[in-house]
Amino acid sequence: MRNFDSTPAAKSDRIDRMVKHLFHKMPEIEAARAELITESYKSSEGLPETTRKALAFDHILKNLPIIIRPEELIVGSTTIAPRGCQTYPEFSYEWLEAEFDTVATRSADPFYISEETKRRLRAVNPYWKGKTTSELARSYMAPETIRAMDHNFFTPGNYYYNGVGHVNVHYDRVINEGLRGIMAQASNVLSRLTVCDPEYATKRRFLEAVIISCNAVIEYARRYSRLAKDEAAKESDPRRKAELIKISEVCAHVPEHPARSFQEACQAFWFVQQTMQIESSGHSISPGRFDQYMYPYYEKDIDNGVITRDEAQELIDCVWVKLNDLNKCRDAVSAEGFAGYSLFQNLIVGGQTPDGRDATNDLSFMCLDATKHVFLPQPSISIRVWNGSAKELLIRAAEVTRTGIGFPAYYNDEIIIPSMENRGIPLSDARNYCIIGCVEPHVPGKEDGWHDAAFFNMVRPLEMVFSNGMDKGEEASIHTGNIEDFTSYEEFKAAYKKQMDYNIALLVNADNSIDRAHGERSPLPFESALIDDCIERGMPLQSGGAHYNFTGPQGFGIANVADSLYTVKKLVFEEKRFTLGELARAMQMNFGKGFDEITAREVAEQVARSVAATGETVTDKLISDTVKSVLGMEIDPAEKARYEEIWQMIDDLPKYGNDVDEIDTIAREAAHFYTRPLPNYRNPRGGIFQAGLYPVSANVPLGAQTGATPDGRLAHMPVADGVSPTNGKDLHGPTASCNSVARLDHGDASNGTLFNMKIHPTAMSGEKGLEDFVSLVRGFFDQKGMHMQFNVVDKETLLDAQAHPEKYQGLVVRVAGYSALFTTLSKSLQDDIIRRTAQGQFR
Amino acid sequence: MSDYSYLDVKGRIFDIQRYSIHDGIGIRTIVFLKGCALRCRWCCNPESQSYDIETMMVNGRPRTYGEDITVREVMQTVRRDMPYYSRSDGGLTLSGGESLLQPEFAEALLHAGRDLGVNTAMESMGFADFSTIERILPYLDTYLMDIKHMDPMKHKEWCGRENTRMVENAMKIARSGMTKLIIRVPVIPGFNDTEEEIAAIARYADSLPGVDEIDLLPYHNFGQGKYEGLGRPYPMGDAKSPTTEHMMRLKAAAERGTDLYCQIGG
Repeated sequence: MRNFDSTPAAKSDRIDRMVKHLFHKMPEIEAARAELITESYKSSEGLPETTRKALAFDHILKNLPIIIRPEELIVGSTTIAPRGCQTYPEFSYEWLEAEFDTVATRSADPFYISEETKRRLRAVNPYWKGKTTSELARSYMAPETIRAMDHNFFTPGNYYYNGVGHVNVHYDRVINEGLRGIMAQASNVLSRLTVCDPEYATKRRFLEAVIISCNAVIEYARRYSRLAKDEAAKESDPRRKAELIKISEVCAHVPEHPARSFQEACQAFWFVQQTMQIESSGHSISPGRFDQYMYPYYEKDIDNGVITRDEAQELIDCVWVKLNDLNKCRDAVSAEGFAGYSLFQNLIVGGQTPDGRDATNDLSFMCLDATKHVFLPQPSISIRVWNGSAKELLIRAAEVTRTGIGFPAYYNDEIIIPSMENRGIPLSDARNYCIIGCVEPHVPGKEDGWHDAAFFNMVRPLEMVFSNGMDKGEEASIHTGNIEDFTSYEEFKAAYKKQMDYNIALLVNADNSIDRAHGERSPLPFESALIDDCIERGMPLQSGGAHYNFTGPQGFGIANVADSLYTVKKLVFEEKRFTLGELARAMQMNFGKGFDEITAREVAEQVARSVAATGETVTDKLISDTVKSVLGMEIDPAEKARYEEIWQMIDDLPKYGNDVDEIDTIAREAAHFYTRPLPNYRNPRGGIFQAGLYPVSANVPLGAQTGATPDGRLAHMPVADGVSPTNGKDLHGPTASCNSVARLDHGDASNGTLFNMKIHPTAMSGEKGLEDFVSLVRGFFDQKGMHMQFNVVDKETLLDAQAHPEKYQGLVVRVAGYSALFTTLSKSLQDDIIRRTAQGQFR
Repeated sequence: MSDYSYLDVKGRIFDIQRYSIHDGIGIRTIVFLKGCALRCRWCCNPESQSYDIETMMVNGRPRTYGEDITVREVMQTVRRDMPYYSRSDGGLTLSGGESLLQPEFAEALLHAGRDLGVNTAMESMGFADFSTIERILPYLDTYLMDIKHMDPMKHKEWCGRENTRMVENAMKIARSGMTKLIIRVPVIPGFNDTEEEIAAIARYADSLPGVDEIDLLPYHNFGQGKYEGLGRPYPMGDAKSPTTEHMMRLKAAAERGTDLYCQIGG
């Protein structure tokens, strides 16, 4: 094991002031980037797409307003307003125009937008009509795919409306070789290119675009160098003046040249991280193994006495603050699914080196401490755990968890590495994995994983078994037979598998259509320049230039499907307590527990459609009368009592999450229905699909589109998140819950699994609390669990925060693969978090 | 051939609680044996007191407490958390009730725990003949023994019985040197919450050979709802938990003049 110094370094007093400045007002939408890209595109019509992207990137970076915020040591801001965001009309823009007047007041992630900005955006947006990736993608989709999306079987919204992001690039190369090194490589490949190469045209254009783009970033850094120099000249405080002069020197040198110091390495890292997000609107651009690639610079400066540990910590803390300065405005529906203004910049510490030794170093500790100092949702900090992990590091991680911030997330090398090898990745690359976004394992600098490619609601195909493919009065999926005719559990299960297979194939069609559209309309030369083997192959990432290519769509709702299958097996076929037909009616009637607004509106829409089909006019009165009558509907008391009785029988059954082998085995099988078919499909970039099992926060909005289910879940309630048990249904403590989850085949879900656990603060008190917590994680990982994350906060605190948000501005909670400020989440998501069972309370 | 007949011994339990981290080393599974010799007014598990199988209302629904079960069956649940015991040096804890009222069952459970290779512990007042306790000691790593008061009459008044025999057993257990003995004191308002009373217990604990730790467990009223569920009045009325400041004073009193380490809480 390598020696390391784990003693905590001091927190600089500037950090709190910087955080306060960053959060002093609501984030704001700015128009500059949209105007600049539109200007550039208007002047480059007729040129190849790759060239146009590079020219536009250059134009944006030359003209985007720049600012150095108070007391910053690491500079580079995408917006003048703190935590502001730019817009990306080349991907999609209609949703934003439609939401101009509601974006500041919506429940999830509101953004301020001025009338002036609206006017400026309205002026440029029309140029993009018919030119966006989302329009091209939709035109490529099969009609039944669009129908499946309309019926909410899955949503590929992420890349449909936005850039892809979701990569880790070679920060190390920019830091070690400078962008000049990358440009030299591109020039070299260009000089070797023969005119008779059949791909000469696209290769040459791409390599030229790489050089233009790298140069654009160098020029952008120089603008900051000049700005810092100007500000230094005006600065009266001698200490700040010296800092600004230093910043000016640093930005004149990096990222163009190799970094000479830890500060230069941090600044070079930051320019890459920031400008990649100006190039495209992709989120989850993840710093990855920061403690590994930054370490040589830290070590050298410490050894040479250039820097103290406190100064190094201050620089790291400043990088952490900057990671919270970036922001992104999503459409209202996506904002619910990714709630909390998160950019999912995942940064991971610990684990193993490519040659299989423990990777813990001083920076592993300092990164965890930075999260404690800054106490903000970015970066999404994670830790790799393996059999040889340094115990001190795990204890330090547990201390951060105990603060309640929801970080770090814990990842298990012992299952992730073999699962990557199983997808064809050699051992040394697999050992070097980092995490992208929420939970997705990824080879640093070599992969285009298209993680997070869609949310697939595994509960919807189950509904289709009961309705024989009908949804809201329309044909929405294949026919698998009348529910009353099934004579065995196996027949029922086979029908579910058929419904799954059919909709998974449509999901593949949706993703591949979008993938193709990105390849054609959104090549990203700067991002491509930093990922192997795009330069060598002369091919952008979006056309398949990466060394490894995957598409990773995620499924969720395993707990509901498992518990539903168990209900059918046990109560319908084994004990014959009710028939499938009876269960179907009970579900339709929401188990006699009344109907909500969503059901009423759905029924009204169906009535309206059938009225319209007869040629009659649909009046507002008809709609409101239908809604009213559904809401006030009285069902026969005897019938209602029977439905409630059925619900009670279901509720009394044990559920997934209680360490019951029979149910857990069903859960494993249910997960396989999703994970096993996917790797049989290929994407346009030459890779295969691989499944993830995690929901971000989409289990709440997508649950609201799902009717009552056989596990007793009422209509429109959230679907279970990730691989976690249904909220409040795991009753035998964290070890039982962990054992159930560990029984799933995590290795087959090589795009990541997500296990949420809420721990009561009393369960982590004292030194013993930390030790036992680490043992819990270890015990789960010994059984090949893949990921674990924690909310350590009591229910009373969350309820109080809901009632008095003003008192809890700084309360950070774990949502899904990330943490967010609790008070910025929508009420329904807050409720979902409160419902997660708190484990480890006193008897 | 080994004799595994102890696995078939049957006993009566009312709960098995997994992931217990406040009673002994590491992550533990507690098996609660039903039936108690005392009737402590503050008891937070009133469903543990009677050996009879009872019904208690929980969240508005009746639930049965008391189940006759073999050691083999108990161990099927205990075994499920092996990975966590291995990582934390945790294991099996017997609690109650008074485990020693079912001595054969308690011995067999601890024997089976030892077979698993996990740490074994027992929470008990020592209410038994020492010859009974002696049979158990070879299988027991940690004995968590309650000493609630040094005054036998006050003990009788609040718990239903004098504690002379239990206090004597503490000395015999300590002298045997066969197990790690930890003394625990529930701190109950109006009963033993003065510095003098706690110091008296601490002095006795300090006189026990090998004992170096005393735990003070502050009174809490989490059991109140259970009394309602059993249709019984709550004997403690609206007594309040001792404040943190008061607990710190008692800790100081316990450590003053003794070589003990005093911990607040399990």
